[in-house]
Amino acid sequence: MNEAVRNELEVNNVEVIYDHVILVLKGVSLHVPKGGIVALLGANGAGKTTTLKAVSNLLRAERGEVTKGAILYRGERVDALTPTDLVRKGVIQVMEGRHCFEHLTVEENLLTGAYTRTARRAEIHDDLDAVYGYFPALKSRRRSLAGYISGGEQQMCAIGRALMSKPQTILLDEPSMGLAPQLVEQIFEIVKRINEEENVSILLAEQNTNMALKYAHYGYILENGRIVMDGDAAVLRENEDVKEFYLGISSTGRKSYRDIKFYRRRKRWV
Amino acid sequence: METLYLIFIDPFVQMAIEPAFLAEVLIGGLMSGVMYSLVALGFVLIFKASGIFNFAQGVFVLFAALNFVGLMDLGVHPILAFIITLGIMTALAFAVDRLVLRPLVNQNPIILFMATIGIAFFLEGFGESIWGGDVRPVRVGIPDTALFWETGFGEILVLSSDLFAGVIAAFLVTVLALFFHFTPVGRALRAVADDHQAALSVGIPLNNIWVIVWAVAGFVALVAGIMWGAKLGVQFALSTIALKALPVLILGGFTSIPGAIIGGLIVGAGEKLFENYWGLPLLGGATEEWFAYIVAMIFLFFRPQGLFGEKIIERV
Ligand SMILES: Nc1ncnc2c1ncn2[C@@H]1O[C@H](COP(=O)(O)OP(=O)(O)O)[C@@H](O)[C@H]1O
Ligand SMILES: [Mg+2]
Repeated sequence: MNEAVRNELEVNNVEVIYDHVILVLKGVSLHVPKGGIVALLGANGAGKTTTLKAVSNLLRAERGEVTKGAILYRGERVDALTPTDLVRKGVIQVMEGRHCFEHLTVEENLLTGAYTRTARRAEIHDDLDAVYGYFPALKSRRRSLAGYISGGEQQMCAIGRALMSKPQTILLDEPSMGLAPQLVEQIFEIVKRINEEENVSILLAEQNTNMALKYAHYGYILENGRIVMDGDAAVLRENEDVKEFYLGISSTGRKSYRDIKFYRRRKRWV
Repeated sequence: METLYLIFIDPFVQMAIEPAFLAEVLIGGLMSGVMYSLVALGFVLIFKASGIFNFAQGVFVLFAALNFVGLMDLGVHPILAFIITLGIMTALAFAVDRLVLRPLVNQNPIILFMATIGIAFFLEGFGESIWGGDVRPVRVGIPDTALFWETGFGEILVLSSDLFAGVIAAFLVTVLALFFHFTPVGRALRAVADDHQAALSVGIPLNNIWVIVWAVAGFVALVAGIMWGAKLGVQFALSTIALKALPVLILGGFTSIPGAIIGGLIVGAGEKLFENYWGLPLLGGATEEWFAYIVAMIFLFFRPQGLFGEKIIERV
């Protein structure tokens, strides 16, 4: 099979500029195969969110622009499409920080995810049930305003809302942000199930390298708007540099941990 | 002493002596309040959905009424005139979106506000060049008979046109509430009002939503314009009267639909009561012009988000 067809999503040498002057992505390339989970890793400010928004085209609403390179979805260029077009094609972003509609109920939030579809009522209803199947916690909260549910439930609500669009590819931005570790694990388990059961491809932006590499098949590491390393998740997990810089483990053990601690402390003082 | 008596005691004595008159004043006030509510409602819809303070909403009322009356004067049946005017207001919504909002998207709110001031003056002038500047009476066959309502404490005079206006307004608000809560488009409108970015991310096309909101605001303006026109005749002063919606918004909150309704009723009833019981005896009248603005200003000190300003949900 040729490359363009096997890859659901291809980002080729993309450059992004905000406000006509701020160069943020400096030639990013990555691939997401059909049915794969691909992690995009990197520190805060590396450009993960910008990469996802370049794909979903939410960039334009923030005065960002793809100035070089190309983005292909199933071999077709999509850089000029609107977010609505992309959602119709099956690509949807779950934004960092959840962004649930706070004054809508959980169920109304889920229903907004189906806005671009022309499905019948009964079909939408079945899909709601399927989402509640993945996230039973949402079912008991369906009538609550999304602004009043817990952070974990909001993350579930945001993912569930995206599922309601019947996506082929989900761009998932930092689902672990601000959540307790067991909850993060629980949410990643569900994401994995969605990936396997619905055959949805996932591009996952995460700072939580440890967790992301546990669930992803492949990973890219982004630093300052450039991909500096990529490889199978299993390989990245064992890589010494990744261990040292992103997983907080190194062959010298405690010493490095203390360095990190010192660095943090200094950062707080300055 | 005398003045204190007139301020604090006498008005209430009067109210107690002649409850039927008090009821008439109240009803009259609530009726003009309904009009304020409708104009304020148009403001709230646009402000919620697009964050734009549409200065032109008052002129929309005038412009819609002018078109409606103008068409009727040409011999068009009222229902057809209503439908055509609705079409005109929808076209206006499209034009505003294409010519003003899209080019200015992502600009500072104050720039968009200035743009709406431009729209206001343009429409006012445009309306006048097409339909002329005369006061035109609206004859839509709303009966204007006086009804006498016998109560235990005297006879109350109610105009049937006032009752009619109240019923129409209540109906309109109910229809809007149903639309917002039980249709996918209504839900999308509320979603956009809550979080533009998130709405965009699930594929809700913001521009279409904005056109719909402006068209709905145009529809509300048309209803308000007809009712107001039926009372006062369609005249250019309408757009100034419509500015009473500003204090209503301050009272009710800029983002609350119930706030716009209740704020309008409070302002309408409040200014009539004040005029009759305090304004006339103490200040020689003409307090209706400014009463609402003073109340709004005092209100700003204590509750700047308005009575029903949308709760800002904060979590830690
Ligand atoms: N709307 C914007 N305008 C200007 N600069 C931005 C904007 N959004 C993000 N940036 C900048 O782009 C860089 C990358 O940000 P982002 O993509 O959010 O990184 P990450 O998601 O990896 O934390 C940061 O330096 C950030 O300050
Ligand atoms: Mg980010």
